[in-house]
Amino acid sequence: MSAVGALDRKLLRDLMRLWAQGLAVALVMACGVMTIIIAVGAHRSLLLTREAYYERYRFAHVVAEANRAPLSLGKAISEIPGVASFEMRISRRVLLDLPQMREPASGQVISLPAHGDPRVNRLLVRRGRLPEAGRANEVAVNEDFAKAHAFRIGDSFSAILNGRKERLQITGTVLSPEFIYTIGPGDMVPDPRRYAILYMPGDVLGPVFDRKEAFNNLVLRLMPGASEPAVRMAADRLLKPYGGMAAYGRKHQMSHAFLDAELDQLAAMARIIPPIFLLVSAFLINIVLTRLVALEREQIGLLKALGYYDRTIAWHYAKLVIAISAVGIAIGAGAGTWLGRGLARLYGEFFSFPFLVFQSSPDLYAIAAGISIAGALAGAMKAILSVLALDPAVSMRPPAPARFGRSLLARLGLANLFSKLTVMAFRQLLHQPVRAALTSLGMALGVALLVTALFARDSVDFMVETVFWRADRQHASLAFGEPAQPSVMAAVRHLPGVVAAEPYLSVPVILSNGNRSRRLAITGKPPATTLSRVLDASFDPTVLPSDGVVISERVAQVLGLTRGGTANVEVLTGRRIATTVRISAVVQSFLGLGVFMDIDALSRLTGEGPRVGGAHLAVDTNTLDALYAAIKSTPAIASLGLQTLSRDKFRETIDRNISIMTTLYLTLAIIIVFGVIYNSARIQLSERARELASLRVLGFTRMEVSQVLLTELLLVVIVAQPLGWALGAGFAMLVTDGFASDLFQIPLVLEPAIFAKASLIVLAAAAGSALLVRRRVDRLDLIRVLKTRE
Amino acid sequence: MTDNAVFAMQDVTKVYRTGGADVWALRGVSAELAAGEVVVMLGPSGSGKSTLLNIMGGLDRPTDGRVSFQGTDLSGASDRELTLYRRNHVGFVFQFYNLVPSLTARENVALVTEIARNPMTPSQALELVGLTERRDHFPAQLSGGEQQRVAIAKQPEVLLCDEPTGALDSATGIMVLEALTTINRTLGTTTAIITHNAGIQAIAHRVFQFVDGRIESMHRNATRLAPSQVSW
Repeated sequence: MSAVGALDRKLLRDLMRLWAQGLAVALVMACGVMTIIIAVGAHRSLLLTREAYYERYRFAHVVAEANRAPLSLGKAISEIPGVASFEMRISRRVLLDLPQMREPASGQVISLPAHGDPRVNRLLVRRGRLPEAGRANEVAVNEDFAKAHAFRIGDSFSAILNGRKERLQITGTVLSPEFIYTIGPGDMVPDPRRYAILYMPGDVLGPVFDRKEAFNNLVLRLMPGASEPAVRMAADRLLKPYGGMAAYGRKHQMSHAFLDAELDQLAAMARIIPPIFLLVSAFLINIVLTRLVALEREQIGLLKALGYYDRTIAWHYAKLVIAISAVGIAIGAGAGTWLGRGLARLYGEFFSFPFLVFQSSPDLYAIAAGISIAGALAGAMKAILSVLALDPAVSMRPPAPARFGRSLLARLGLANLFSKLTVMAFRQLLHQPVRAALTSLGMALGVALLVTALFARDSVDFMVETVFWRADRQHASLAFGEPAQPSVMAAVRHLPGVVAAEPYLSVPVILSNGNRSRRLAITGKPPATTLSRVLDASFDPTVLPSDGVVISERVAQVLGLTRGGTANVEVLTGRRIATTVRISAVVQSFLGLGVFMDIDALSRLTGEGPRVGGAHLAVDTNTLDALYAAIKSTPAIASLGLQTLSRDKFRETIDRNISIMTTLYLTLAIIIVFGVIYNSARIQLSERARELASLRVLGFTRMEVSQVLLTELLLVVIVAQPLGWALGAGFAMLVTDGFASDLFQIPLVLEPAIFAKASLIVLAAAAGSALLVRRRVDRLDLIRVLKTRE
Repeated sequence: MTDNAVFAMQDVTKVYRTGGADVWALRGVSAELAAGEVVVMLGPSGSGKSTLLNIMGGLDRPTDGRVSFQGTDLSGASDRELTLYRRNHVGFVFQFYNLVPSLTARENVALVTEIARNPMTPSQALELVGLTERRDHFPAQLSGGEQQRVAIAKQPEVLLCDEPTGALDSATGIMVLEALTTINRTLGTTTAIITHNAGIQAIAHRVFQFVDGRIESMHRNATRLAPSQVSW
């Protein structure tokens, strides 16, 4: 036992001696562990919390919308096979008139059943109570909205319900599984200040919205094992006579779909980022341990000669690797938990969950630790096997000297062009091409991570520029409660301060090509517009053709459509006409699933004659108050989107998210670059201390001697740059692909400045670690180094 | 100092402070080396030979006393001045070769000739030590004796050799000594050789016997033997 104790003491001393290199490796490994814990932990947190919330609060499996269906359909609905429970609701968009806000806010008002708590999409009452049946002025609001305005129970605000301004008193604040993620009209990110979910008694809302004993929104929960398509078809059949639109499942429910997109991104992060760090740390372990075994060759021989088992010695080195890994795992687990909790808090701001705890269950740490140690041992395997293979008699003699070849330079007769110091650097690199290549690759991954970190801002800038300044240049967008006659535009233009107005019509359809289909809206616009414009492939405004539809690249991609082809379209309103349309162009649109059409052609397609669903406005900003007042008193207007506010909120949210992401990636990149360069340089220094000391003895200055090492490093760093750019462009593409959803797409914008910045940061990190090594060159003990045999 | 002295050392002491204890490596050494002279330094381990050689070569500084090279004081020279001194004047030969493994024999010689004043090209110098055939070989492809001869071929004004034959068999050692004497004869290189091998003293002009940090005795060989006549 005491013999094992001696070896372990050696282990401890080795670790103390190698602390800087060990820490550099451990930090790289920590990044891998940390990203596993963040990505997998956040993925689990979101998924488990969502599932638990959905179950407990009975989130609907199917939603069906209609125009005005009688409550008497309830019996037939309850008889649909597979339906467990359902609620027939009134759901309408409304404008809100809030204290301390000039502009009207928007909201969605949903009816509550007479019995109080709904059976589907149950409400979690956070404070107060739900409104009581028959109480016309009582309302429950979503918690985020109440918080954004610091409303308390008993406070009141005004809402414009079908043109009538009503004073509503808040009886309670609630959460709903239906609105975990909520965005208002025209918005790209949640803004609870300007968008509210209101719950009022059904018997109050029915008469207000001309739907007495009627509903326009049906939510259904299914029995386990029930067929969702069958239920949807049955619901469609029942609702068709009442202006029913095709029922849809959770996949098309806004809040659910957004969470899905977030989950996909986390899964992608878990697949891409941790393996990079695990690979690099395995490589670093490989070079550090290989060097250590080379240095301790004679000691290994001695131990074997003393009668230690091969496996004892191999285990000794494995323990060193495990010890370094343990440090990495501890740091990574700590940082991962801390950042994971931070991420959960960030999610808490975007998502309205009753609770969201970062899931840091022991098995997650066990998995991260297991993977890291396995990766590290895999990296160490070759060196450990070489320990086993060493013959004691051979190992107590010095190793065979390294063999060098005449480089390509020399063969071409170019060697004389360079100083002998440069030739040394070249040959050293070519002597261990695999190691040099892997070192370069490690650094290239650092560059790539930086490119990934830095490109997002430009891409989002481009997206904002395109969406808000080139495409949708209106100040405001009105939506009518019901589609109106085109003559309404004259009234819109007469609203105070309106400088220009363009009509639009949004028609929900199912667009399909073969077995691929999407539920989306076709937006009809006048052929040539100046406010809300459709941009062609080169981001120039385009004129909508008089027939056929114009689709965004995303739609073309998901449905497999090309210009000149045709798609099937099923209109979900009115007469539910099904027909085919020609794809007349593919255009740019980053938001949603953009499909555009000439407004008159769209009206013809629906078979309902010319109609207008809303209007985009350019307004005189000096008379906004008058405009807002007029809008609030116009019954037909159901919602208002304000571009400037949407844009500012989007910018604010995204800027913060990007700052967080950039900081994280920047840290990761610097750690990887530092870890790779510092370790490579230290190992080079260790291998070549004698040679470098010889140079000093020969009369080369410290600067000249460092130059040999630094030239090698520089060559490796230079080779890493283009490789890193290419990898970075690839990562950026993966990231934009990962973000792309039917809700929005981020364009891939890679400005040359991004590559330059990434390279400069890497060069700075490289210079930092090179300087640390240079200081060691300066401290070389010439006499000692030269008197010892390698 | 005599007129043709290259090195002049007066009361040179060197004390290493390791931990709490002072180790006296040199306890007042005074000697001179004349231009073109071959001196062999004998003595037991720890008697101060290597310390003096390192001080003469500008790898180390005396704690006290004075060392001058061609009239220039080395004892107070800066690090940079010592580097330039080594570059321009000194060649070292150690027991373990100290060639750059990634450079060929000729390139190893050129490594020095590129930065210092030299009377010969690397090829000429390698010819002098009998390595013309091997000039494009890397150190790993050369025998120990051949590597040592490459180190000698660097043709400095002063050649300081610390156990140059210590790792070699006698036949190879003799070839190395021949290279040393050839260089000394042809270029007038002042040469100091540390050895444990008393037989080698016969090739020197003078022999310094070290004991306990001092030169206990110096004697001049009346007749020098050629390396081939030496045996050990």
